[in-house]
Amino acid sequence: MSLLGGLAVPEVADGRLARRNPVCGLLGVTLLTLALVVSLDVVTPLLVLGATLLAVPWSEVPVSRLLRTARLLLVSAVAVGVTNALFGTTRTGEVLLGPITTGSAETGLAIALRVVAIGLPGILLVAATDPVDLADSLVQQLRVPVKFAYGTLAALRLLPLLAEEWETQGLARRARGVDAGRNPVARLALFAGQVLSLLVGAVRRGTRLATAMDARGFGSGLPRTAARQQVVRTPDVVLVLACTAVGLGAIVTSVLLGTWRPLVGG
Amino acid sequence: MLLLAPSGGGKSTLLAALAGLHDPESSGRSKGTVLVDGRDPRQARLRTGLVLQDPQSQLVMARAGDDVAFGLENHGVPRERMWQRVDEALAAVGFPYGRDRPTAALSGGEQQRLALAGVLALRPGLLLLDEPTAQLDPAGAALVRDVLARVRGTTLLLVEHRVAEALPLVDRVVVLEPGGGVVVDGPPAAVFAEHGAALAARGVWVPGLPVPRRRAAGAPGAAVLTAAGLRHPRLRSRLPDLVLRAGEAVALTGPNGAGKSTCARMVGGLVRPADGELAPPLHRWPARALAGFAGSVFQDPEHQFLSRTVADELELGPLRLGSAPATARRRRDELLARLQLEHLAEANPFTLSGGEQRRLSVGTALATRPQLLVLDEPTFGQDARTWLELLDLLAGLRDDGAALLAVTHDEAFAEALADRTVVLGGEVAPAGAGVGSGAGADSAPAATVPS
Repeated sequence: MSLLGGLAVPEVADGRLARRNPVCGLLGVTLLTLALVVSLDVVTPLLVLGATLLAVPWSEVPVSRLLRTARLLLVSAVAVGVTNALFGTTRTGEVLLGPITTGSAETGLAIALRVVAIGLPGILLVAATDPVDLADSLVQQLRVPVKFAYGTLAALRLLPLLAEEWETQGLARRARGVDAGRNPVARLALFAGQVLSLLVGAVRRGTRLATAMDARGFGSGLPRTAARQQVVRTPDVVLVLACTAVGLGAIVTSVLLGTWRPLVGG
Repeated sequence: MLLLAPSGGGKSTLLAALAGLHDPESSGRSKGTVLVDGRDPRQARLRTGLVLQDPQSQLVMARAGDDVAFGLENHGVPRERMWQRVDEALAAVGFPYGRDRPTAALSGGEQQRLALAGVLALRPGLLLLDEPTAQLDPAGAALVRDVLARVRGTTLLLVEHRVAEALPLVDRVVVLEPGGGVVVDGPPAAVFAEHGAALAARGVWVPGLPVPRRRAAGAPGAAVLTAAGLRHPRLRSRLPDLVLRAGEAVALTGPNGAGKSTCARMVGGLVRPADGELAPPLHRWPARALAGFAGSVFQDPEHQFLSRTVADELELGPLRLGSAPATARRRRDELLARLQLEHLAEANPFTLSGGEQRRLSVGTALATRPQLLVLDEPTFGQDARTWLELLDLLAGLRDDGAALLAVTHDEAFAEALADRTVVLGGEVAPAGAGVGSGAGADSAPAATVPS
């Protein structure tokens, strides 16, 4: 029985964004990210972030799931912001606390904001997209090789099993009298050994899965049909156009306000 | 047709060749020809279907319907007919849920049924089954056999250790010779009447052959471990209070998903109980102290292997516990003899056969002379010979004064070895009462105690 069964059960993604074509979503997110990568000011990410937050209720992605997916992004944004506030080179303005000045606090805040603004559209898309839909869409719209798309999908399904395997291996080592105690070097060696056994196990399991897939005609050279059709409809085009408009609009607004700083030539 | 052969008899190789997954050029020594429909099996690949032991590594997609459709897509079935065939296949295996059911939420038996649906949807002329019920509990195995009994219009080639359960499904039995050739070929009744004893000696489960009983001769000794009111989030209910005594073997049974493995890990001091009391408190002991007191044998022997050779594997525990190298070597030689692994001392544990791996995994747990041995499904997927060897080995340990707890859904094994049976989610049954056979659905944790 799956000890981490809960992890393996995919959440059924449904909602306005989930129903959009994943490749179109990917294109939209790429355009938004591009607009932010070339802009070094504060106004552009602020505008894009505002638009993304406005899009959250529209997307019908549950806020709890969005926060769970965005956890790592938020933590790294805070970390980057604090690091810059503490150790940044901008030592202007009044001293607030220790090494922090109003200038360095501003820089830290601006960088944290940029990280969130760049990451959030992608996170929202990931939280909304069913991996199966993405694989279907990659194959049908972008002509990504079938072996790659569905092979990756199948491998993804094995990840929770690997987590379970890792736990079992740790317990089995304890049962054999093997633990590191408080010795950090022994701990590292033990960890490395366990990573190796995990990889060996993953390869064996992957080989078995590949056999089962081949036995069902995967990669047989026959023309493959698709059970689930992914099509590009008008709302998908509108989504891409909306992303373009937000990205361009943010840059144009910032230029008009005289705040825009491009990545090159600024 | 039922295909029988002792371990290493080449059953799996033959199945792979028939399924067209075997490349004669890459596999060095291959002799003879395999034809499916008069063609090379690789050309006839779309006419054959293959179902393997492990349900987890056969499912490709996250949802049941998508998984059945996967094969149909590969076969180029037009979309208009696809979902109708998916639904037909799901109905044919009696799949109790809809297409959107997440595959990860299924029990082992249900997953194996789904794997069968995925293959049957392709309407194979030849259906190859490699021990499809070996990794399932009795209820799950019954689900799969029900489906196989209803398959019509397809040649069924079944590899199975558990002959008695498989016989109603077949009308012909073929026994393979290790190294090539067919020993026997005929209707089941005739094959077992003439060759029953010889087959049993080779590790085949011959129906109707008596199973020896190895219950404890004397009364159990002092308590080795007491578990009172143990709970864990993965358990549907509390573990019944348990006292394990020296010289006593206890079987812990219960349906799949009731948390038997978690119980074994708690009792073995590997997993911290959320509540309740374990005396001695093994879960708080450092690994070395634990290994000297309690040995754990995992369901998959490979999880326990940490060394490059069988000999090193058996020395590892004693050395970790501070034995002198000479003492560790003596212990190793003793165990090699007892486990009949002397000829494999220098072999890599991962290259051993299933039965040898099982014996070695028990050996690794024994190396530190623990007073308590906790085993998780020790007879899982073993042939008759290993099964009997394991019974002898464990009965011998118990008679030498060790306390044994075996988590198992193998009723025959519990019946043969256990002095007491504890049913998870139920009451303690006296020895001989057995477990209500086929104990209901996966979801029923209740136990039956015949009076």
